[in-house]
Amino acid sequence: MICSVEKTYENVEICEGVYRLSIKGKFDVKPGQFFMLKVGEVEPLLPRPISVYDVDEEKISFLYQIVGQGTKLLSKLTENDEVQIMGPLGNGFDVEKIKGKIAVVSGGIGIAPMAHLIKKLTNCEIDLYAGFRTVDYSVDSVEKYVNKIYLSTESGQKGHKGYVTDIINPQKYQTVICCGPEIMMKKVISICNDAKVPVYVSMENHMACGIGACLVCTCKTKGGNKRTCKDGPVFDGKDLIFND
Amino acid sequence: MINVELCGVSLKNPVIAASGTFGFGAEYKQYYDISRLGGISSKGLTLNEKQGNDGIRVYETRGGMMNSVGLQNPGIDKFINTELKVMKEYNTAIIANVGGSTIEEYMAAIERLNNEAIDIIELNISCPNVKCGGMALGINSKIAYDAVREVRSICKKPLMVKLSPNAEDIVDMAYKCCEAGADALSLVNTFKGMAVDIHRKKAVFNNIYAGVSGPAIKPMALRMVHEVCKAVNIPVVGMGGICSFEDAIEFIMVGAQAIQVGTANFIKPDICIDIIEGIEEYMIREGIKDLSEIRGII
Repeated sequence: MICSVEKTYENVEICEGVYRLSIKGKFDVKPGQFFMLKVGEVEPLLPRPISVYDVDEEKISFLYQIVGQGTKLLSKLTENDEVQIMGPLGNGFDVEKIKGKIAVVSGGIGIAPMAHLIKKLTNCEIDLYAGFRTVDYSVDSVEKYVNKIYLSTESGQKGHKGYVTDIINPQKYQTVICCGPEIMMKKVISICNDAKVPVYVSMENHMACGIGACLVCTCKTKGGNKRTCKDGPVFDGKDLIFND
Repeated sequence: MINVELCGVSLKNPVIAASGTFGFGAEYKQYYDISRLGGISSKGLTLNEKQGNDGIRVYETRGGMMNSVGLQNPGIDKFINTELKVMKEYNTAIIANVGGSTIEEYMAAIERLNNEAIDIIELNISCPNVKCGGMALGINSKIAYDAVREVRSICKKPLMVKLSPNAEDIVDMAYKCCEAGADALSLVNTFKGMAVDIHRKKAVFNNIYAGVSGPAIKPMALRMVHEVCKAVNIPVVGMGGICSFEDAIEFIMVGAQAIQVGTANFIKPDICIDIIEGIEEYMIREGIKDLSEIRGII
């Protein structure tokens, strides 16, 4: 667990509004874990939680989409710029426990932690179901690790026209793993529960401390309130309770 | 000397981690030696466990943030049996922050804490995120007076009352709490604010209003601490947007006996250490031997 100021390796726009930020250094990270990233002395005040996309010997990479001031500032980083980086945070996936034929389901930027996971799942036959709004990104980076890729776009530009949840049949799999917008994860959990297939999801939430102290990123589970940042972000889908 | 005394309790330094931003300390232990803190004010505790508010709980604003946690906490008994046992090992002053929605709840919670190894009770009469009671208590000084007097009559620990900046008259509020028997005051809690999500065309928070904290509130907080320090003769713990040692010194110069650091813990987890070291270096540079030399000079 570190909180330090590190240097940017590169910051590349891989698709309109979507960036891959790499930071120099060697990090030991479990798939599904995240870091709190902060740039700028004053604004924005709070660091931003960003999932890990990839790790190698000399750098750690993140994917992010510009959604507000924090991510907009991140997008301005260039080589050797300084970033405050804190992590790895959260529980992450237990890769040793995931075996057999599995489906990985991603929605939009949710591909980031899923791509990291896919590379670390060595004992599995993986089908990737990746949904996007208009254009796909980062799917090619995991092509060689998966059995089959099912793409969907809402615009119909590529793959199935519509949602990725239209095309997945959970009964074909021992386990389903999902990361994406809440509405999509809710749907995936529901179809997996109906099919009695275990499902694990990586949740996203607004955070402040990122380490479990402030209780602003609570998510509701059958066992009471859990902290997305500390008890999650990976949860067993059958435990989660979503607000309508 | 950087150590200070608060209600008969000796603090290593004037820097206390503020309630609601520091949990019970465990999460920050991985980032630094928390025994270096002057003290820790616990997450706001209520008699019974509370799940807190639904919906979005945090929202960033210019120079600050808003929260609507709603006092989610494990309840007094679980605090005593689990968290407090761990906190005792930290070798720093332990302040139990106590909230509630009825006077009976406050009384029962304090009775349970009376015989425990805590140094100070911080009576939270100011949480803006708890409906019924909590807010009214912190707003109206007559109601606050009655509540503090009742609590004082059974409280065996030093009693520090945490004031809301939303009080009708902060000076009168401070004065009445002092008259009712408070041993110290801490201020300010969060300012009541709001935000609108123009895409959903709704208020951001389910409760509509939420508590604003962070550097944006510092000038108002500092002014209130200044006014209160002039009006009462009991120690005042200042807080509100403190992010640096300079901020901390400002609060001490307007009269604060000690200070609390809240939102800044989210900006950088070990910021309290930066502030403690900054105060020490400032004192050396300025030839200050004891903080009392600069306390209340404004």
